[in-house]
Amino acid sequence: MSEELMPDKNGRFGIYGGRYVAETLVPALEELSEQYELIKNEDKFLKEFKDDLAHYVGRPSPLYFAKRWTELLGGAQIYLKREDLNHTGAHKINNTVGQILLAKHMGKQRIIAETGAGQHGVATASVAARHGLECIVYMGEEDIKRQSLNVFRIKLLGAKVVGVSSGTSTLKDAMNEAMRDWVTNVDDTYYIIGSVAGPHPYPQIVRDFNAVVGEEVLEQSKSVIGKDPDMLVACVGGGSNAMGLFYPFIEKKNVRLIGVEAGGLGLSTGKHAAPLNDGKEGVLHGMRTYLMQDDAGQVIETHSVSAGLDYPGVGPEHAWLKDIGRAEYESADDQEALDAFKELTRVEGIMPALETAHGIAYVKKVAPTMDPNQSIVVNVSGRGDKDINTVASIEGIEL
Amino acid sequence: MSSKIKEVFSKVHAQNRKALITYIVSGDPDHKTTIDIMHAMVGEGADIIELGIPFSDPMAEGVSIQKGHERALEKGASLNDTFELVKEFRLSDKKTPIVFMGYMNTFESLGAKLFMEKAIAVDLDGILIVDMPPEESSDFSREATKANIDIIRLIAPTTSSSRAKKICSQCSGYVYYISVKGITGAANLDADDVKDKVSELRLHTDLPIAIGFGIKDAASASSVKDVADGIVVGSVFVDLIGEADNIIDKVSLKTKELSEVLN
Repeated sequence: MSEELMPDKNGRFGIYGGRYVAETLVPALEELSEQYELIKNEDKFLKEFKDDLAHYVGRPSPLYFAKRWTELLGGAQIYLKREDLNHTGAHKINNTVGQILLAKHMGKQRIIAETGAGQHGVATASVAARHGLECIVYMGEEDIKRQSLNVFRIKLLGAKVVGVSSGTSTLKDAMNEAMRDWVTNVDDTYYIIGSVAGPHPYPQIVRDFNAVVGEEVLEQSKSVIGKDPDMLVACVGGGSNAMGLFYPFIEKKNVRLIGVEAGGLGLSTGKHAAPLNDGKEGVLHGMRTYLMQDDAGQVIETHSVSAGLDYPGVGPEHAWLKDIGRAEYESADDQEALDAFKELTRVEGIMPALETAHGIAYVKKVAPTMDPNQSIVVNVSGRGDKDINTVASIEGIEL
Repeated sequence: MSSKIKEVFSKVHAQNRKALITYIVSGDPDHKTTIDIMHAMVGEGADIIELGIPFSDPMAEGVSIQKGHERALEKGASLNDTFELVKEFRLSDKKTPIVFMGYMNTFESLGAKLFMEKAIAVDLDGILIVDMPPEESSDFSREATKANIDIIRLIAPTTSSSRAKKICSQCSGYVYYISVKGITGAANLDADDVKDKVSELRLHTDLPIAIGFGIKDAASASSVKDVADGIVVGSVFVDLIGEADNIIDKVSLKTKELSEVLN
């Protein structure tokens, strides 16, 4: 295996990935690839990126030993990678800090983005504000309803939120609309995709900018755990926080990589967002990957309690890691995620995002089956403040 | 190259006019009306019909055609149903070329081989898969060539000259020039820019060149027709179909108006 070379020059991870877009965007994507390859190893760019990660985002984020939770579960030692402590509250900011520098390097004046839970919208609006660039965020009308807090945050940051009511009015439709904007305004606009998804080179760019998460864990494990962790766990929607954590560990075959998809109402009900568990190969949003679709090739509606995982596709590198058996993909359903959300909050005083809670739910299941000399690092990809309304409404509480 | 597409362009050249290529979404507003619309369009001067294959995520389409896709899907339209529909259309029209225009995922649901078997059975002439640039098209290119079905490819205002040359070399039937940076039905057509780009394109290909995406009405069709061999009009028809009353009359009238402009 030559993971270091992935994606190949055509943007493929095995058979996945690629660049399935209308011709108008092909030259724009080629330009993006060229510019990215040009600056990604430049000292000036790397210094600026690292400075921003340190002083704007607040990196490195701690690798925290969850002592009480470890005792409660009674198995493997559990460590939390605290991406929830980043500025704006999630791992999403790592990528936007990098991409906005790329946008400026390319002389683009207008920034667009799609968002599901609103975290990527907030992260994009924040860096656009900081660099004084116009910013438009596309968001499904359904998500606008369930993530009203983040919608308001995005507006306060000076960005414009455009509601999308086509299709299922969720993240996938927001991404369609952002693509339509980009194709129309391709000369002056930079599209900051928020996950390791979309046409090449986005899965690569977003992975590289999030890889700081895994690189820090690699380093921190030495002193905090004293050895490599035995297992890494992260939730997977599009898969950016998982890819960022996994990537620096791909060659370390002694470390198990576990992605946790949204099981929604249960895999057997079909109402979920777990394409790696229960989808099949297809093409959407410019990439070949696993998709939730029917026999006629129509993308089907997904379900998850967390808006950020409510996406019918998944990053192509995950599809590839699944097929070659390097990473394993599990699922946690809505109820398991809600239970995990509450447990981590009560036991450690750390309130995870509902997306993150899917990874937490898997740790709840797997840790007790493991030996106390073993260790798990789970990525707390975001904090749960944005989900308080959702959790309250499920409990029938009016705030 | 499909002999029917070739004949159309030979004929329009001989008649010193431009081909009118009309786009509608298959199954919009329903299976039977789509067939009636196709016959009505041919009756009023449409030379080639592009049938949009309904897809849940039509990324390159403007609002008009997105709504057409949604209406068709609500009625249960699909790629398989579109083959049935063409079979019925062919009972009384064996001459008009038909091109399927759509997105990779629906075409792949059948696979390239089975798709081509069905295409040959209904005498389909060409396919235009919007999100399948030459780099991503091996299966469909190979099977289409074997089946003698044209692969129509897009060239955009952003396409470089060297890339245009490469795309043209892997294209058959006609070259589809996207007249705007944007989605279907966009309003920002720049006729002078289109003329320049299409003239340049002539250096790379002897294939007929059709122009589409930003052609909304007789005036915009007229503004770019001189440099083209054919004009593609879609959104305006899909809008009329969306109005839901007197569809056949309205579509006939619009087809006639456009066809007269191109004469």
